Amino acid sequence: MADEVLDAKGLNCPLPILKAKKALTGLENGKILEVLSTDPGSVADFQAFCRATGNELVEHNIDGEIYRFLIKRVA
Amino acid sequence: MAEEKGAKALGNAKKMTIICTKGSLDWAYPPFILATTAAAMDVDVTMFFTFYGLQLLQKDLKLKVTPLGNPAMSMPMGGMHMVMPNVVGMIPGVTDLASVMMKNLIKKKGVASIEELREAATLSDVRMIGCQMTLDLFELDKSDMIDEIEIGGAATWMESALESDINLYM
Repeated sequence: MADEVLDAKGLNCPLPILKAKKALTGLENGKILEVLSTDPGSVADFQAFCRATGNELVEHNIDGEIYRFLIKRVA
Repeated sequence: MAEEKGAKALGNAKKMTIICTKGSLDWAYPPFILATTAAAMDVDVTMFFTFYGLQLLQKDLKLKVTPLGNPAMSMPMGGMHMVMPNVVGMIPGVTDLASVMMKNLIKKKGVASIEELREAATLSDVRMIGCQMTLDLFELDKSDMIDEIEIGGAATWMESALESDINLYM
């Protein structure tokens, strides 16, 4: 479903956000980035990031200790 | 590369400035974390480095942290926490030891190094201004600083601050 996957597991704040922004910038509009993270803080942070930048958080869930975010590039 | 979009490219980005006055390892984090995150969220960021903060622009960073005068510094160790009494912090070598411990902890926990965050800042076009007066005062050389900076004074920061939505002093 995702057009690109970013493995941010093991990274702490603010690296998952910085790497996600970089990956999104390389994507065409409407494409979807999947981010995998182990940072519990990334749950609140990716929601805030998407609200502030206008990118769409299509889905986020937890699989064991891994947080998974699907972000559609809009902005 | 997809086309640049977002508030920044449209020229209506929010703006933020941060005055960085501290040059220790622990104090280096808040300004660089906020600057890089803000830039990732399409905020136009200016950092002004003055006094000890100017050390954060040296090409070769030798940042240290000291437990001296910091009763809140409590390092995790074997499931417990270690607080260093001030008198221990005064012993020669303890600052270096605490700095090595902190850097190991940073690496172990997947926290970015200051070098990494600073590079991310330059790559995301964070404007970094080194204070001319501080260069003169401490006899520092611009050639020892990273290339991406500009040199300016209080008025240079003020111009940016006046048109910013957020101005922070750290």
